[in-house]
Amino acid sequence: MSSTTVSRRHGGFSLAQYVTCLNGIVWREALRFVHQRERFVSALVRPLVWLFIFAAGFRQVLGISIIPPYETYILYEVYIAPGLMAMIQLFNGMQSSLSMVYDREMGNMRTLLVSPLPRWYLLFCKLVAGTAVSLLQVYAFLLIAWFWDIAPPPIGYLTVLPALIVSGLMLGALGMLISSGIKQLENFAGVMNFVIFPMFFASSALYPLWRVQEGSPLLYYVCLFNPFTHAVELIRFALYGQMNWTSLAVVVCCTTAFMIGAIYAYDPSRGLVRRGPAGGEA
Amino acid sequence: MTAIDAHSTGPAPPDPRPRSDPAATPALSIDGISHSYGTRRALIDVSFAVAPASFTALLGLNGAGKSTLFALITRLFGTQAGRIGIFGHDISLAPGEALRLLGVVFQSRTLDLDLSVTQNLLYHAALHGIGKREARLRSDEVLTRIGLADRAGSKVRDLSGGQMRRLEIARALLHRPRLLLLDEATVGLDVKARADILGHVRQLVTEQDIGVLWATHLFDEIVPGDDLVVLHQGRVLAHGPVENIIADAGARDINSAFMRLTGAAVDPGSPAP
Repeated sequence: MSSTTVSRRHGGFSLAQYVTCLNGIVWREALRFVHQRERFVSALVRPLVWLFIFAAGFRQVLGISIIPPYETYILYEVYIAPGLMAMIQLFNGMQSSLSMVYDREMGNMRTLLVSPLPRWYLLFCKLVAGTAVSLLQVYAFLLIAWFWDIAPPPIGYLTVLPALIVSGLMLGALGMLISSGIKQLENFAGVMNFVIFPMFFASSALYPLWRVQEGSPLLYYVCLFNPFTHAVELIRFALYGQMNWTSLAVVVCCTTAFMIGAIYAYDPSRGLVRRGPAGGEA
Repeated sequence: MTAIDAHSTGPAPPDPRPRSDPAATPALSIDGISHSYGTRRALIDVSFAVAPASFTALLGLNGAGKSTLFALITRLFGTQAGRIGIFGHDISLAPGEALRLLGVVFQSRTLDLDLSVTQNLLYHAALHGIGKREARLRSDEVLTRIGLADRAGSKVRDLSGGQMRRLEIARALLHRPRLLLLDEATVGLDVKARADILGHVRQLVTEQDIGVLWATHLFDEIVPGDDLVVLHQGRVLAHGPVENIIADAGARDINSAFMRLTGAAVDPGSPAP
């Protein structure tokens, strides 16, 4: 094929076209979210159950000492609120990956992947869309929590936004990476057991790390190296107008690593090539 | 059914054509493509070309390798060996240029059932960087021409199978491609819907100068004058005008020519109307 072009340009798309693509993907994800009202309700019910039932039951058992960013004794409900916000994002990230597996099985994913825009950018747009949806869920949760007397400083609602974006991107990128390795929708139950639950429980979402250290030094280190712990702490500090630089660094590094892994896995010459035929036949 | 006029609305987009003479450049060139799933070889040294503004049928039984070939052309899979060019753009080296010239209708449905007809089109337009205003103009135009204007606000899951296929074709044409791939686009449709869609695609070739690669396992979808590629067990057994293939096989029709070429024991598609 002598006339083959060997340029490595990627279609010569303008910035406006990239933005159009991003808007389109976010818009589609938002529409799907609106259409799936049960998803929104269940995304809210889950943390609220933890807040109203679990926290109410354990508030007398689990005393919380004064630890940063808190400047006084706090109720257990107040302590776990950032963890529940991160939990919403964790579930949303996994839900997005479930959606990607579903889309791939149903064929919708091909519509995305045959776009002429660079694949890394398409995946990034998908990630941004999932994060945007998670923000809606988190703020809805914060609104309900406010009626439960869980009220951070007013400025906290604003300062937590960047933290939620970064943590949402990290958890979404993790979900994307996981989705690249799941061949069938049925396998997703394993993600619940092997990713979501261990990440959530082996973190500072439900109990401070010093308490974990008292109980099990080994588990303490597991929690310490769990990226979800740092997402929780980043949100916790940001909610009170403070910055946890260590957590920010960990979350940013993990986001980058997960995203690179997902792009690598979705590269047609690497990840997707290992899968079976495209149309259910050879 | 009237033809979808994919070139009738809105300002002209940037011309994505390569600088070489389009007449001399095939719409699609497949050059020595081989592909394996582990130890199983799905495609073996496949080579053929599709000329611009021509209808080429890719005939093969289920499992012949058609869908794998489509996945390679659309870059869902990476090429392991050989090269694929779309109007001269190598799909591996210049995927953006290549894919923007390509429209595709996959074998399995790829519409979002929960979105409306228009929303599906707008989403596709966004994936090609087409702004909302322009996308709405194009959507209205194609929906009118394919007779789905009154269903613009309907959810896709409420459409019939034939309407979904027509919508997928309209969607594939929304970004004004010059090459259209259709993978078993009439599977599962009734006789009238099949005839409508096939006639519709043939009109695109004559009226819009779009090159078409039509994958099928049904003989009655191939007519004299078509270019034909016979794919069997991952290999191209014959390529050329239908009449030549029939004559070279010493057969009386495409059905028996296919039998002679492949040694197939069963008639794969002739009973279909």
